[in-house]
Amino acid sequence: MCFLALLGTGVEIVISHPRFYWGEAGNVNTPALFKLPIPASRGSVPTGYGYVLPDQNGWSRYLHFQTAWVAVFTGFLYVIFSFFSGHLRRDLLPRKGDRSWRVFYSEIRNHLRFQRPSEEEAWSYNLLQRLTYLIVIFVLFPLVIWTGLAMSPAIASTFPATVTVLGGQQSARTIHFFVSVFLFLFLLIHVLMICLAGLKSRMRAMITGRAGADKELA
Amino acid sequence: MNRRKLITTGLAAAAGASGLAIAGGLAKRYGLIPPDSLGPYGPGETLTYAAQRILTSHSMAREFSPSEISKPPFANGEPPKTEAFQRLQAGGFADWRLAVDGMVARPASFSIAELKSRPSRSQITHLACEEGWSYIAEWKGVPLSHILDAAGILPQAKYVVYFSIDRQWWDSVDMADALHPQTLIAYGMNGAELPVGNGGPLRLRVPRQLGYKNVKYITRLTVTDNLKRFGDGLGSSSPAAGYAWYAGI
Repeated sequence: MCFLALLGTGVEIVISHPRFYWGEAGNVNTPALFKLPIPASRGSVPTGYGYVLPDQNGWSRYLHFQTAWVAVFTGFLYVIFSFFSGHLRRDLLPRKGDRSWRVFYSEIRNHLRFQRPSEEEAWSYNLLQRLTYLIVIFVLFPLVIWTGLAMSPAIASTFPATVTVLGGQQSARTIHFFVSVFLFLFLLIHVLMICLAGLKSRMRAMITGRAGADKELA
Repeated sequence: MNRRKLITTGLAAAAGASGLAIAGGLAKRYGLIPPDSLGPYGPGETLTYAAQRILTSHSMAREFSPSEISKPPFANGEPPKTEAFQRLQAGGFADWRLAVDGMVARPASFSIAELKSRPSRSQITHLACEEGWSYIAEWKGVPLSHILDAAGILPQAKYVVYFSIDRQWWDSVDMADALHPQTLIAYGMNGAELPVGNGGPLRLRVPRQLGYKNVKYITRLTVTDNLKRFGDGLGSSSPAAGYAWYAGI
């Protein structure tokens, strides 16, 4: 839910200036790295469309930051608990026998053939899932938080290196956009896979923490 | 739920509530509550403002080299179309005044020439708009802290409120930003007079906050300990338009 709120408000914020730059500074007088083919919510941005979308930037920014606090706090708790409860070691780090390219390729093959997960897989995550989750938790989420903060002039004044290593404030904005796109794609594929694997049983398993409930009931 | 669970949960809830109350009290005491802290986005706004104030109270905004100045210069928005502004502009802003009042020992009023005779500071900083665009420019002006010292701010002062000639547009900063060495009453940009499109003849430049805190065409500064007396009490005309009072992010 936090993610959807952040995504929705993020989209609203982007609409006020759907142009992206690289470096420290960028505006309509400087060349854009790329432009989104959408109209803007500000008349000052030349988009080629004849109309201006309603401006939703104010409350979107309020909600974006408030939700970010909730999401970061929840994510922080999750990471702490996954360290101490063994969730990280048991469920997320690749199993010992799986740490090879051979397993990696064979899993990719299975995925491309759309093989549905076997019965035993209902109990744990396979290698590709584990790698994806690790990347999302330990690369994409930290990166989206970092680039978000790097856009803040106050944070930049205290920790200038957080901006300069990214190439500048506008680079941080551009990276923030791409990481958000990747997180959105992850969410889409994640939900799609759950549907393919059986929505009902997965949802039940997620909430109750028990897999294979279907069979017991049957 | 058994009795033990009930007691533990109750104790945890009580501890949480008193923890929040203590945090709230401390935040209030150290001026970490923004004026728009009530309302649906108040909790997030308060966390952001308090966290950034703790981290940034004495930090300096990044300064850049002359080669990084954005070319061509960028000006956003239209200058006021009022007759009063156009008359002052026609006179080369010779009659423009900046009044300083409120909680000061010596209320005063300055012309642009008088401001220029005061010690000045130049800095090349980044101005980022909350919309997403930005530019780097060299700003020249008199530090706000110098003007406040000259007027003699009273010890109970907590905020400086500043008004545009367009009275619909006003804002305020806390003393951490008001007394910050990089906070300028800017009258010059990129080695020339501050262009009207960029806020000339006078603009408040607060480089640790976003563009909309940098109110253009300022004519009055009021020092106060209570923002409730201004407008609808939210510290700025921004919250009424949906924007946060604090714009450090």
